[in-house]
Amino acid sequence: MSDTTLGLWGIPLAVLGGAIRVSTPFLFVSLGECITERSGRVNLGLEGTLVMGAMSGYGFSYLTGSPWLGVLGAGVIGSLLGALHGFICGKPRVNDIALGIAMMLLGVGLAFFLGKPLIQPTAPRLGAIPFGFFSSSAQLRSALNVNVLFVIGVALAPLLHFGLQNTRWGLVVRTVGESSEAARALGYNVNRVRLLATAAGGFLAGVGGSFLSLYYPGSWNEGLSSGQGLMAVALVIFARWSPKRCLYASLLFGGAGAIGPALQSVGITTGYYLWNAAPYALTLAILIASSSATRASADMPAELGAAR
Amino acid sequence: MSAAAVSGRQTALGVDVSGIGVKGPPRVEARAMTKQFGGNVVLDQVSLTLEPGTVHALLGENGAGKSTLVKCLMGFYQADAGELLVNGEVVAVKSPRDAQAHGIGMVYQHFTLVENMTVAENLLIARQTLPAIIDWKRELADLTAFMRRMPFHIEPTRLVRQLAAGEKQKLEILKQLYLGSRVIILDEPTSVLTPDEADEVLGLVRQMAERGELSVLIITHKFREVLAFADHVTILRRGKLVASDRVRNLTPAQMAELMVGAEPPKQSSSRTDSAPRELALELERVEADDDIGLRVLEGVTLHVRAGEIVGIAGVSGNGQDELVEVLAGQRPLRSGSVRVAGDHYRSTREHIRTRRVRLLPEAPLKNACVSHMTLAHNIAFRDYDRPPFTLLRWALRPAAFKKRAEEAIRAFRIRTPGPLSPIGQLSGGNVQRAVLARELAGEVRVLIAANPCFGLDFGAVAEIRSRIMDARNAGTAVLLISADLEEIFALSDRILVMSEGRIVHETPAQTADVREIGRHMAGHA
Ligand SMILES: Nc1ncnc2c1ncn2[C@@H]1O[C@H](COP(=O)(O)OP(=O)(O)OP(=O)(O)O)[C@@H](O)[C@H]1O
Ligand SMILES: [Mg+2]
Repeated sequence: MSDTTLGLWGIPLAVLGGAIRVSTPFLFVSLGECITERSGRVNLGLEGTLVMGAMSGYGFSYLTGSPWLGVLGAGVIGSLLGALHGFICGKPRVNDIALGIAMMLLGVGLAFFLGKPLIQPTAPRLGAIPFGFFSSSAQLRSALNVNVLFVIGVALAPLLHFGLQNTRWGLVVRTVGESSEAARALGYNVNRVRLLATAAGGFLAGVGGSFLSLYYPGSWNEGLSSGQGLMAVALVIFARWSPKRCLYASLLFGGAGAIGPALQSVGITTGYYLWNAAPYALTLAILIASSSATRASADMPAELGAAR
Repeated sequence: MSAAAVSGRQTALGVDVSGIGVKGPPRVEARAMTKQFGGNVVLDQVSLTLEPGTVHALLGENGAGKSTLVKCLMGFYQADAGELLVNGEVVAVKSPRDAQAHGIGMVYQHFTLVENMTVAENLLIARQTLPAIIDWKRELADLTAFMRRMPFHIEPTRLVRQLAAGEKQKLEILKQLYLGSRVIILDEPTSVLTPDEADEVLGLVRQMAERGELSVLIITHKFREVLAFADHVTILRRGKLVASDRVRNLTPAQMAELMVGAEPPKQSSSRTDSAPRELALELERVEADDDIGLRVLEGVTLHVRAGEIVGIAGVSGNGQDELVEVLAGQRPLRSGSVRVAGDHYRSTREHIRTRRVRLLPEAPLKNACVSHMTLAHNIAFRDYDRPPFTLLRWALRPAAFKKRAEEAIRAFRIRTPGPLSPIGQLSGGNVQRAVLARELAGEVRVLIAANPCFGLDFGAVAEIRSRIMDARNAGTAVLLISADLEEIFALSDRILVMSEGRIVHETPAQTADVREIGRHMAGHA
């Protein structure tokens, strides 16, 4: 058996495969939040968007028979939730953090309510690209069986990076995020830019959610998300608002989340639940390590720090 | 061809300033502009004509409505009544973009640059038409070519955060020229500049106007600049137009009188001689970091005696702001010590009160006020938690707040709708007065003043300088940090020069030489 031939080498391999799987939703949600935060607004509601995306992606896939239409549908639902957040935040004296929490609860609740009939049926799921085709080792092949969404996400990160630096939209989003005062003086509609940035962020978070129900774990149930949406927000801070660094950070978080199952797969079960807490511990550790009483991060969009 | 179509073409040529000479600036006319803020009439039927190719000065006391008038012209505010004419045609300006389409651009009183972006990004973002994907190589080449044609240059790849105040002001003006604006409104463009920088910038703008390439509307508090650079002057008093005439028909004294009406400006207090007194403020090897952790104060040692004004001169951005923040308790001290009258001083509320240290930071709305709280609350910040503001040490007495605020409004002539208006709604100069009223109340042992007259009208400057002088004469130790050399010379007993986070020069004011100080400021001496 290939299992035995690999021995303990199976662990890093399983972690790698797991990292790719686990990191995909992190990647999409954090890229989405990255866009939103670069425009100077925080959307904590992405956890709710993620769960809604998972539910609606599964639903659309089931109804249309096409998992890709499911992904698209999840994205559209996500952008609607994002636009709602953006619209309400545009009203005077609305706090984006408080609203985000409300949106999170709304998204999760709505998904559970609408998703009840979807728990039983099986919807068509997304495929994967067998990058490990050359190997005879089953473990290697399974680790390198990379889902298509991950590939898209990996391409999206440098694309967004490029977009923020080199496109009209990127410049406008950054201007609004750095100084709403300056943006207004230049004649840009700050609220509209933020609304669109929040909707775009919602789209990506919805897509990230559809991954959960359409690829891994690959079904719809109420315990599908375990706070990935919220952790992705922390991840954006860790990645210092850079899409490229969001990719690395997602892989790191994904890898941490894959340790427990990887150990289990080679028969090590001690501390299984402890290992499963690794991403959460990592979140805390990173936030503490990157905090500083005196230093403001030079990369942080200035409007995020502004009291509103 | 419609105005929008014309501007579309101009913006496409945005970088091609050679076109300016061909197509002169339009005639801009405001007719009977009126603007109210919550029932408070800030502009009352004000008219103003800006002839093509002229420099037009707008004068008025703090709170007279100058900024409000130009913001109405720019579409930043909507006037309640009145109209704007460009080349004789009534135009609707709903946003600064509309104004830009008519070739009117403005440099605001506070910088509107994006600090965390480069010079090139700041210029591009202001353009009305940007390609969806930016070809940076070509844009940078275009910008470099544009800069070469301009009277002043700034490297397009530099981060705005790293520019000095004078460079930022030049960039603001460059931005307008880059956009192809032919009418440029400057709101107190020189308050952040040294006199030499101001002369340079205004001189270049003036030359462009003389060549018929530009019209300029400039708001300033400095008569010197009006006389040297403006053709025409319009004077506002409390929201009303009181005069509009050629500059050569008026003397500074007449302008001053028109600005303030009947009230004559206060006489300046003079310095009284006194023997050297005890040390009041001692800084020993003070070090501190900036926001991103770089060392900006590299061992500042200085002493101020009671009854003495020590002025710190220096080009802004050499650690002065951070020094003030350390003394204000807004920035941690990395090493070194601060003593007040021999006692250890840590800028806690307790120490500030018992050591009687007072502070006038610059940009007081940001550094010393809570913008949405009332004037009365802001004036009481230093001692709102003790009598007479409290009853039995815990209940606050609103009447006492109001009374103190009314006294301050009277004593410092703060122009405000009332003591209960949010302080953020006051004009820049009036916020300054309110903070002064708070800080100069009671007995003060050490006064730290950073650019205390920044943006004030001449009456207020004279008044505030004489209040600082009065405090000195009464035995207060004053540490004056100012980018304005004239102010340093007018007030100081002793002058220090700060450069790159260090005190690099010290001289008694009486024997000080401006050129030598200038050399030390520039860092080569
Ligand atoms: N947004 C606002 N809301 C309420 N009141 C305002 C607002 N903006 C200005 N004001 C009031 O309008 C008056 C004129 O203000 P403005 O800023 O035009 O004065 P200014 O002539 O530019 O003075 P300064 O020389 O101090 O800059 C002030 O009394 C101010 O309190
Ligand atoms: Mg003003």
